[in-house]
Amino acid sequence: MAEKLKLALYWAASCGGCEIAIVELREKLLIVDQVADILFWPVAVDAKYKDVEAMPDGHIDVCLFNGAIRTSENEHLAHLLRKKSKVLVAFGSCANEGCMPGLANLYDRQSIFDYAYLESPSVDNPNKVVPQTQNKMPEGEIQIPKFYQTVKTLTQTVDVDYHIPGCPPQAPQIWAVIEAIVQGKLPAKGSVVGANEKTVCDECKHDRKEKAVKQFYRTYEIIPSSTQCLFDQGLICAGPATRGGCGALCTTVDVPCRGCYGPPPHVVDQGAALMSACASVVDADTEEEAARIVGGIADPIGTFYRFGLAASLLHRRKI
Amino acid sequence: MKKITIDPVTRLEGHGRIDIFLDDQGDVANAYMVIPELRGFEKFSQGRRVEELSDITPRICGVCPEAHHLASVKASDAVFHVDPPPAAKKLRELFYSAFYVADHTVHFYILGGPDFVMGPDAPVAERNILGVIHKVGVEIGTKVIEARGKAMDIIGMLGGRKIHPTFGLPGGVAKALSEEERTQVEATAKDSIEFALFSLQLFKDIVLANKGYLDLIMSPIFTMPTYYMGMVDEKNKVNFYDGKIRVVDPEGKEFAKYNASDYLDHVAERVEPWTYLKFPYLKKVGWKGLTLGKDSGVYQATPLSRLNASDGMATPKAQDAYEEMYKTFGAKPVHNLLATHWARLIELLYAAEHLLELSQDPGITDPKVRTIPTEKPTEGVGVVEAPRGTLTHHYITDEKGIVTKANLIVGTTNNYAAISIAVKQAAQGLIKKGVTVTEGILNRVEMAFRLYDPCFGCATHTLPGRMPLVINIMDQGGEVVRQIRRD
Amino acid sequence: MNFEPKIIAFLCNWCTYTAADAAGVARMEQPANVDVIRVMCTGRIEPMFVLKAFAEGADGVIVSGCHPPGDCHYTNGNFKTFRRMPLLERVLSQFGIEDGRFHWGWISGAEAPKWAELARTFTEQVRGLGPLNWKDQLASKED
Repeated sequence: MAEKLKLALYWAASCGGCEIAIVELREKLLIVDQVADILFWPVAVDAKYKDVEAMPDGHIDVCLFNGAIRTSENEHLAHLLRKKSKVLVAFGSCANEGCMPGLANLYDRQSIFDYAYLESPSVDNPNKVVPQTQNKMPEGEIQIPKFYQTVKTLTQTVDVDYHIPGCPPQAPQIWAVIEAIVQGKLPAKGSVVGANEKTVCDECKHDRKEKAVKQFYRTYEIIPSSTQCLFDQGLICAGPATRGGCGALCTTVDVPCRGCYGPPPHVVDQGAALMSACASVVDADTEEEAARIVGGIADPIGTFYRFGLAASLLHRRKI
Repeated sequence: MKKITIDPVTRLEGHGRIDIFLDDQGDVANAYMVIPELRGFEKFSQGRRVEELSDITPRICGVCPEAHHLASVKASDAVFHVDPPPAAKKLRELFYSAFYVADHTVHFYILGGPDFVMGPDAPVAERNILGVIHKVGVEIGTKVIEARGKAMDIIGMLGGRKIHPTFGLPGGVAKALSEEERTQVEATAKDSIEFALFSLQLFKDIVLANKGYLDLIMSPIFTMPTYYMGMVDEKNKVNFYDGKIRVVDPEGKEFAKYNASDYLDHVAERVEPWTYLKFPYLKKVGWKGLTLGKDSGVYQATPLSRLNASDGMATPKAQDAYEEMYKTFGAKPVHNLLATHWARLIELLYAAEHLLELSQDPGITDPKVRTIPTEKPTEGVGVVEAPRGTLTHHYITDEKGIVTKANLIVGTTNNYAAISIAVKQAAQGLIKKGVTVTEGILNRVEMAFRLYDPCFGCATHTLPGRMPLVINIMDQGGEVVRQIRRD
Repeated sequence: MNFEPKIIAFLCNWCTYTAADAAGVARMEQPANVDVIRVMCTGRIEPMFVLKAFAEGADGVIVSGCHPPGDCHYTNGNFKTFRRMPLLERVLSQFGIEDGRFHWGWISGAEAPKWAELARTFTEQVRGLGPLNWKDQLASKED
């Protein structure tokens, strides 16, 4: 009887969606149970940090690590789990591109602190108390992790063996990767797994024709046709600038893709790719007309860099 | 002074740590539920297109993205002063009912349930969903997985994807329900009702029939009288999607009932330096620190709170279950925290029955599901009941609908004061001089927060910044007697 | 203070590169701060090139090519440019890169003095803004 795979799953600065994505394996979870021992998975299993620290180096066969690196605790766990794992997988958009936590890179620690603890409409804080990393309480010391100025991805923090994209990764893709792990059929180190080598457009069922956009619309402004490509209709769809493999689920309900599977193969900066895609379809033969049409795109950075700001070329807004 | 640390807390959503300080005798001097995580959603929502917040804010929590999604969409409706068509509102509620079925199932069987099915002292390796399935058998395990799965399929049907679905928009929803889909929803709803009744029976057989668990439930260690908050419809029955927010005092008397847009008159948040999470409290009672009772502004917003704050359930089987629970305790409100697990299953039943009602509504397949906004966007508040508590999204935008300010009071945040008190109370009750502190005892301390089905990812959507150096010198009572600042 | 701005200029082969070359041959005064990267057409310039230039240490970036509508050697390559550049400008601004660090426009092969003038004034403009030094400023604000 083959030895069971020693599996660990961890969440850094994340939302728990990647955990629910594992639960979405549904009855296949029972198969996972047969082939793997879950040594560490805070959402579902009571193993604690001390249990991980006590493991020998390389004890964990595969660690699926989701979440971005926001605090000193996240960073510590990234290094700890790298040490204790033979294979470390950046699981999901936060670990790979930074995802939504990465949008905090549009602000700095001071301004975020000021809003949360002093300026927010519901805050009642007459003494202007603010969280401190070291606290001397009557009974002893309480420490909380330090918040870094900039959110980093897992890939920017430690050596990562494989990348599974998605916010979150779709269950069939997760299963395909687990099968590959169990069968020893993973590709070369550093590969993106659980996705294909094309863009979302390849799986989308809308009809694509020549694009000639005279106006970009926000989603609430129009009721789009269910058959025509959403981008053709002037909705900004990140499909052309997003790696495929998700099944193009959002466009099946006529909602444009937002780019959660990260950049397509060989694309270094997803936001730049989407920016270029939008500009390329603008139907304008004069500078004025072009400026007018692209001027209609509200909040470009929040649209193009929704998932990939932390991993982008510039990483963050200038402080 | 000796310190015991539970790090991290497990079987919940989010990050947390419990620091327990023992005095020289070995009794608990104090216990703190420390929340070490934050991400900054309120701040980085500034500058974003308001309609995109229903895509951004669900990433606060991948366990309850549907809650944030709908609160956001409702807030955006208010920002644009647009009223969605009736079918759109019904579909949002149908979508949300399906979500409640799936999510309450996850909590009972995966997060909180193992403490009861396996027992709080069971070995760590078994005290989880996989241990539960080994114990109750693959057949029941498969039943749970399927019940959750079918409910999630409804989310996917309407929102494209199941986690972070893209369904709502200002003024409506992205797609209508076809007759074929309606039939599938109806069938799933009927199965869900059966499953909810099965789960309630399981709870009675495994938990209520077990004297040890019953003692735990009735124990003063896990009993806390506070104010209770929940959303109710016009008949004061529990409603997850829409209505007014009702608060009752520890004796069950109505204390407040208000519209979503008036939330700032009722709730404020305090800050402590030893945790990143804020402490909401009832303004009209006042902040009296981490204390209980009628004079303290501490309140709870949980499934039990919703039942306590309501006059009943809007569907018949759930109403029967509600009456049975209150009869068992002999009083309303029920202050026994662990009864929250029971209340959660009663809500599961209501969600399933409501899903059936909505699937049979004659207007549910109406193709008109969008109203295009025409008014200038300004400001709006959207409130829903997240499974973990009342969820408030408040947005202010410029005339182009770009967010200038966002304020979120999230499900579990409502409960942070109560959770802090519960954890301290449990630690003090269970850890005493002479008692060997076993892993099982520490797990029972964790059970004090786990019943809240906490979502600390939700709770800690905000982010602090680099603080000017402030030293607060506090006396025994936690009062600041001197402050040294370096700004 | 001896700050010498580092300027990267993406110039199209047929127009602005020719102008820059002519300016050099005619010994028109140009600062050494401008590093020229020749592309066959400004239509080749993806926003990513400009972002990468800033990310790698440029203090200022120029994109310049043939006048629309009629001068582009490839007919409408520069149409793509004027569709992309206004959008890129807004994104750079949201990244916090000050106005004045990125210039895009048209200079024909016959306008050598215009190129020299641009090189001089843009360098001084960026000098006035100070170093951008993207990588270092990122690292120094961390602690």
